[in-house]
Parts: sequence; C-alpha cells; structure tokens
Amino acid sequence: MRGLATALVNGLLAGAAMITLLPLVWMLSVSLMSPGEASTFPPPLLPSQATLDNYRQLFAHVGMGRYVVNSALLTTTVTLVSLLFNVAAGYAFAKLRFAGRDRIFRLLLAALVIPSQVAMVPLFLLLKHLGLVNTYGGVIVPAMASIFGIFVVRQYALSVPDDLLEAARIDGANEFRIFRSVIVPVLRPIVVTLAVFTSLGTWNEFMWPLIVLNDSDLYTLPVALASLSREHVQDNELMMAGAVLTTLPVLLVFLVLQRHYIQGLTLGSVKE
Amino acid sequence: MRIAGAAWCFVTPALLVIGVFFFLPVVAALALSLTDFDIYALADLRNLRVVGLRNYLQLLQTPLFWQAFANTLYFVIVGVPLSITASLGAALLLHSRLARFPAFFRTALFAPVVTTLVAVAVIWRYLFNPRYGLLNYALGGLGLSPIDWLGDPRWAMPAIIVFAIWKNFGYNMIIFLAGLQSIPEPLYEAARIDGASTWRQFRHVTLPMLAPIVSLVNVLTIAGYFQLFAEPYVMTQGGPLQSTVSVLYFMYEEGFKWWNLGSASAVAFVLFLVIFGVTVVQLRLARWEHAA
Repeated sequence: MRGLATALVNGLLAGAAMITLLPLVWMLSVSLMSPGEASTFPPPLLPSQATLDNYRQLFAHVGMGRYVVNSALLTTTVTLVSLLFNVAAGYAFAKLRFAGRDRIFRLLLAALVIPSQVAMVPLFLLLKHLGLVNTYGGVIVPAMASIFGIFVVRQYALSVPDDLLEAARIDGANEFRIFRSVIVPVLRPIVVTLAVFTSLGTWNEFMWPLIVLNDSDLYTLPVALASLSREHVQDNELMMAGAVLTTLPVLLVFLVLQRHYIQGLTLGSVKE
Repeated sequence: MRIAGAAWCFVTPALLVIGVFFFLPVVAALALSLTDFDIYALADLRNLRVVGLRNYLQLLQTPLFWQAFANTLYFVIVGVPLSITASLGAALLLHSRLARFPAFFRTALFAPVVTTLVAVAVIWRYLFNPRYGLLNYALGGLGLSPIDWLGDPRWAMPAIIVFAIWKNFGYNMIIFLAGLQSIPEPLYEAARIDGASTWRQFRHVTLPMLAPIVSLVNVLTIAGYFQLFAEPYVMTQGGPLQSTVSVLYFMYEEGFKWWNLGSASAVAFVLFLVIFGVTVVQLRLARWEHAA
C-alpha cells in the first residue's frame, strides 16, 4: 500500500517535471538543428548533427549582440538604482519617525491594487515631453523605485532592533553613516533577494519596453525576439536559438540564486 | 528632528519617482479618458477637446471591445481555477513525505516561472504547430486527430490557457508549499489518533488551515490573469477571428497603433475598475465565509 503511494507520488512529480522541462530542453535541442530540420514529421527530438550556425547567424545578420547588450545594460542600471532607492525608503518607513509616515505608507499599499498598465498612456506622453521616449531612459526612469520593493524591505527592516540604532547614535554616527555601515549589512539578505527579483523582472519585462522603444537599435531581447518571431515565422531553429539567448541567462541566475528568489516569493506574497 | 530630516532624505527619491511616474500618470489617465486625445492632439495640443464620458459610451458600442472583454473573462474564468488547482496539486505532492528529491522537483516545477514570457511563447507556438508540433504528435500517439491549436478560433484561447498554466502554476505552488509547511504537525497527529483517513485529514485539517492563503492567492491570480497581453501578442496577434484579443491587447492597439490615447485610457480605467470590483467582492466573500 505504502509502496504504491510512493510510486504514485513520485510518478506524478516526474510526469509534472517532464511537462515543465521538456519544452525548455527541446528549445535547446532545436536551436542546434540545421535550418528546416525541425519542420518535419514526426518532430525530431535531437539534432542529427549539432551545429551553432543559428547562433552565428543571429549575431552576424540579425544583430543579436546589440540586444544582449541593451538588455544587460538596462537590467543592471535599473537593478542598482532601484535597490538604492527602495532600500533607503523601506528602511526609513520601518525604523525612522517622520511626520505623515504611516499615512504615506498606507497610500502606497493601497496603490498596489492599481495595475501598472493604467499609467502607461499618460506615462508615455510624460516621457515624450521629457524627451525620454525611444531612449534607454524611457525604460530606466519609471523603474527607479517600486512600491513592492519598498514594501518588502520595510517588512524585513521592522525586525531590526532599535537598540542597534541607538547604540550607533550614542557613538555619534550620523544617520547616513548608520544606514551605510549598520543597516545595509543587516538588511543584506533582503537586498540580495530584491536584487534577484528586480533583475529577473527587468530582463523579462515586455509591454513597457515594447511601447517606449521604437528604434530597433534600442530593443531589449524580449522585444527583439517578439519582432523577429513575427518576421521569421518559418525559421523555427533560428527562433529557438533566439529564445535560448533570451531566457538562458535568467534561468542560470535563478538556478544559482534560487534560495533568495523563493524566499522573496513567500516573504512578500505580493505580485510585482 | 535630525532623524526626521534624514528620513526625508531616504524616502524622497523613491517617493518622487513613484509620485511623478506612477501616481501622476494614474490621475492623468482618468483626465485623459475624458478627452478626445488622438494623433492630432499628439501633434498639437490645441486640437484637444474635453468630451466627458463619450469615450466610455463609445467603447460600450464597440463590438471588438466587448469581444476583448469576453475573451479576457474566458481566460480568467477557465484559466484561474485550473491554474490554482495545478499549483495546489503540485504543492501537495512536493509536501508529501513520500516524495523523493523534493528540492530537485521544486526547482524543475518552478523553472517556467522565471523564464522570459516572450521566449517561451515562441517555443509553445512551435509546440502548438498543427503539422510539426509535439502536441499533435502526442495526440496522434493517443489515437486522437490533430488540432489546429492557434489557427482555430475555438482552440486558440484554450491553447493560450494551457500555455499560461504551464508558465505560471509554479508561482502559487511555492506560496501553497510555504502555507503547507506552516501547518502545525500536532494537528495531523491528533487527527490520526482520532482515526482520520488521509482524505479526511486533507479535508478537515489541510484545507481549512490553507483557506486564508487560498483566498489571497485567488485575488492575486485573478488580478494577474486579467492583465493578459504578451501571450496573444506573440502567439496569435489577437487572432484567429479576434478570438484572443484581450482587453490589454485592445488597449495597446487603440493607444499605440491607432494613437487614440483618450480612448485607450478609458479602456485602461475600465479594466482597473473591473479588477478592483472583483477584488472587493472576493475579499467580502472571504470575510463573510470566515465569519460564518
């Protein structure tokens, strides 16, 4: 009876893992096939002769290198700047007293129910007015702080003991010094978690970059891939190579740092 | 006093960004939705006129808007329960003491969540290919006739739902798993001493203890599924026969393809009000159930 139950549980888990992983493994396999090889029936599982031609063509003729650089640049900048702003604000909301603090924080929380798309049309006009449409700034500037980021940092910072701050103040450290040398080290776990969250989210972001970047030289990988896949509907092998380049970096980052990512999920239980 | 001054230095950059690039646009969206802002106003603001509720009234008379709304509802009503069931099922399997290698399986089942939506949509478009796709190959193996997944208006939305569940279920799975792990073991021991079967333990211990998390997950997942956009953009471009045009897809085309920015803002606001209304009703229901 118990043996049967064990077999059932593990069989179901193995089946589910097959379903989640097979498309990803197959993407990798098709990306190594020569043109046209995947458009046969029955669908081949492995390339008859593995080749990197698709990747070569993506970099040589489709300008994929440019998109990789754009994505990397935007992800790094957004992550660094938003971490600085969110961590500072989250800490202040948790541990420092100032007039209107709780009212402002409640307002921010309430605004979490507003889908970001509501702001998109006026945001586009505002950025156009500021000359930021069709520049990196159009993606970076609105993402420099997030309510979600402030929220998770505040929740974590609430557990920092006041004595720690008092001791540093008695030693004569000013508030900025305390933030840099006492608070940031204590908040390290949540900073790492938020960094992983923000960077993966920025890398994967689609709708806003699609709207604000018109010049294909500025495209991020997801925007470029969506546009290429509309042009190259038949070139399955080429598109799979593009999909690998787009999604493999985030998968690898996740595999290395998954502990932090999953912590963040259960900590906030709030969608970005 | 010195502390308050420093505190303002800490919060001001973030509040400024959120205020100028989120709160201001949200308020502006409401104002914009009451104007006829279009490509002429984009060129010269003097062409802008205030039209009151005309955008909203016009939307109600636009068949494609209603179709987009119906498509989105279909996606939410069918997709969310299936997705949450898959998440709960997977979490229960992972939580089971019988599971071997739970860490490996957790990572494997969660992997689609972190992938780039556009990239995996490209993969699935190929899996759904009526001639060469693995899905129809598998159907053939089961003796079923092939389906034109993305080319048949009856099947396109179900195909997108299948894809969305594959992509998303791992997210709620992790939240359910954390919930399951926080249920105190003595509750199960007491149930076992009373002779409760596994099913009765699930029914009378697990489910009630998990109920608050389920209702939270419900609210968040429904709000998320209402925001369907990239899947139809990449996989079907709204087709065939507009069977996968979602509200946001409609808003995107209205605003950034036809440059009817006033009307697009009205669409965004309608979507927001619907999500908000559904959320409020759900929270009320949850509280009412709790009290009962």
